[in-house]
Amino acid sequence: MATAQSALHSATAHDDHEHHDNFITKYIFSTDHKMIGKQFLVTGIFWALIGGFLSVLFRLQLGFPEMDMSFLKPILGGWIDDTGALNPEFYLALVTMHGTIMVFFVLTAGLSGTFSNFLIPLQIGARDMASGFMNMLSYWFFFISGVIMFISLFLETGPAAGGWVVYPPLSALEQAIPGSGMGMTLWLIAMTFFIASSLLGGINYITTVINLRTKGMSFSKLPLTIWSFFLTAVIGLLSFPVLFAAALLLVFDRSFGTSFYLSDIYIGGEALSNTGGSAVLYQHLFWFLGHPEVYIVLLPALGITSEVIATNSRKPIFGYKAMIISMLGITILSFVVWAHHMFVSGLNPFLGSIFMFLTLIIAIPSAVKVFNYLTTLWRGNLIFTPAMLFSIGLVSFFISGGLTGIFLGNSAIDIQLHDTYFVVAHFHLVMGSASFFGLMAGVYHWFPKMFGRMMDAKLGYIHFWLTFIGVYLVFFPMHYIGIAGFPRRYYTWTNFEFSSMYTDLNMFISIAAILTFVAQFIFLFNFFYSMYRGRKASLNPWRSNTLEWTTPLHPGHGNWPGEIPSVYRWPYDYSKPGAKEDFIMQTVPLSATPESNLPHEQELVKLEKEIISEEEEVLIANESRES
Amino acid sequence: MEEKLNYIEAAEQPIAMHPKKFALWLFIVTVVMIFAALTSAYIVRQSEGNWLEFDLPEIFWYSSGIIVLSSLTFHWAYISAKKDNLQNLRIGMVITSVLGVVFLVSQWYGWIALVERDVYFVGNPAGSFLYVFTGLHGLHLVSGVIFLIIVLISSFRYKVHSKQLATLEMCVTFWHFLGGLWLYLFMFLLLNH
Repeated sequence: MATAQSALHSATAHDDHEHHDNFITKYIFSTDHKMIGKQFLVTGIFWALIGGFLSVLFRLQLGFPEMDMSFLKPILGGWIDDTGALNPEFYLALVTMHGTIMVFFVLTAGLSGTFSNFLIPLQIGARDMASGFMNMLSYWFFFISGVIMFISLFLETGPAAGGWVVYPPLSALEQAIPGSGMGMTLWLIAMTFFIASSLLGGINYITTVINLRTKGMSFSKLPLTIWSFFLTAVIGLLSFPVLFAAALLLVFDRSFGTSFYLSDIYIGGEALSNTGGSAVLYQHLFWFLGHPEVYIVLLPALGITSEVIATNSRKPIFGYKAMIISMLGITILSFVVWAHHMFVSGLNPFLGSIFMFLTLIIAIPSAVKVFNYLTTLWRGNLIFTPAMLFSIGLVSFFISGGLTGIFLGNSAIDIQLHDTYFVVAHFHLVMGSASFFGLMAGVYHWFPKMFGRMMDAKLGYIHFWLTFIGVYLVFFPMHYIGIAGFPRRYYTWTNFEFSSMYTDLNMFISIAAILTFVAQFIFLFNFFYSMYRGRKASLNPWRSNTLEWTTPLHPGHGNWPGEIPSVYRWPYDYSKPGAKEDFIMQTVPLSATPESNLPHEQELVKLEKEIISEEEEVLIANESRES
Repeated sequence: MEEKLNYIEAAEQPIAMHPKKFALWLFIVTVVMIFAALTSAYIVRQSEGNWLEFDLPEIFWYSSGIIVLSSLTFHWAYISAKKDNLQNLRIGMVITSVLGVVFLVSQWYGWIALVERDVYFVGNPAGSFLYVFTGLHGLHLVSGVIFLIIVLISSFRYKVHSKQLATLEMCVTFWHFLGGLWLYLFMFLLLNH
């Protein structure tokens, strides 16, 4: 504790004198959490574009199977054959890389990495993360991981192609598909770096939230964003090591000839020497990460939404404690439901029914959260900023995508729907689009704090409506295709008479997907243009309560020029009856607002004064003893 | 009136712990999760049958003894540091480092004993798991020894004493954890092989 305080003091002293960073320490090897957050954001945007582009490629194949894709030869080269058709092996690689990139690089690193880094110290009142060096390392491990994954895209045998879940034996045997060669090796190396990056980041987030809060910032006064980042980091800390263990055994199987996952396999009529392994073992290990990963992706988005919705409804968040308890519930439940991904893996049906029961329980905290969002919006003085629209969009996706989760969580129904486009529709709405909208809401909302300028709201509205409508046009029809039996990860499904009836709908989805992808360039323009040419932001443009809006427009290394402000109230005092303005910042003491204090808060003021006078007596007594 | 009240109202300081020590504990949690995953994978795989039965090398008993002894010597060094007895601190830490290396050597002999029993890394997963457990634990122990040596060097530079114990305490925590981890793995293997 003493050291924690001295660390704070040294940071204060550090801040007093101007220190000049050169380009490299300021923009590249920065240890400032704000710069690291921005680095994560820009890298995340880069990967989102690549991931989105890959999806456009395979949507072209799905929507227009007969299409001549020769015009893509300059980019794809040999992956387009002489007749202009996409290589089927490469199609599998496209799907795999789209999944890997979006889940890990965009929605884990790009979302959690950006906002946990940027907001945790600013909102809890800390000078920086617990370890700036570890934080920097976290970004650069992510960067190395990205470079390796990027290189794997250009291999002659193609990147990993066994699906983002990389199930063995497909991923373990080089002979299985071209993507299981060098591409898979690079995938595993990249993911190892990624796991290291996530763990370094996560350890830092948890340590910072627990140890470096400013005076008065008790856990019951933390903004819900911080709660969500904190719980996300806890989930990551417990689940990523398990993925590491799974990947390690896979590496041994691939490169050293062990048989953890391999047994009794014949390739080309020849038996492999591997015996005694279990492929289902990998699935257990993978999904022990894989399912919590869904919440690693989603929880930060939900936290951001809580903050944005409360601010722009000018109302306290409905059920603050219920929100925290739901998030805690989701955190705990996320670790005991993994086998619902394996209902058709030959799992004991009795075990399946237990996992089904646990899975359906998640509907309760999720519904509580949805209810609280809606009741916060209910009769609020809604201000439709772009961030607010994206947050409302998130709630919409969370509902429509969450409902189908109840279908899929039932083991009996899952047997019919497993590995169809119904599943694709479900998780793209509830996890993919919802988290993406959370990310967008966060960017629009905190852009003024990041760059000191405002993003253009009109472009934001256009971006929102095109994306919102686009997402529904893409993913809603997929439910129908899925119910009708169209399987995931298939290159074509037109060989039979009955299965060519999906082509129309697929064409529709593909066109919608391409338009939605193109709409993202509006955001891209807005983002980079506003960074340099946007309207100068005021100090607290959204009239929000949290601590980050008490910093200067361009906070330096250390965030606050003087003392770190103390916190006296929760972050959701919006439209408090009797108050002069419709928001009271967390730094305003209760005793300064007698006109709006509730009876129990008035009691607290008295109590606080008593404590303070006692403390002062002790202080005076100590001083006289020392002298 | 309001302005005056502003600064006499002090806010509470939240509970806090040394951030680096806290981070070390979180790192320990990740290591625990890795081994929890591997040992539960062992149990899941074992229950499926086709499992090679063999006796564990006796040398693992000796290595367990060595690691427990090293924890004791390290703790003695730590208590010495608290009393500012720097001579004993250095002696204790040198002995601990040597014991750490001896432990690694004995684990190596454990592997040799396994090979003599025809249990190889490549083959039935029963054996492969054993190599992964010991190998991964050994790797962590190497990092522990490196950490020990770093602290040892700083103790020779008079940077470890009763007023500056944080790094040493972190090293002690990590070392005890590694010892405990080995005892867990060994007991697990005794009960489940």
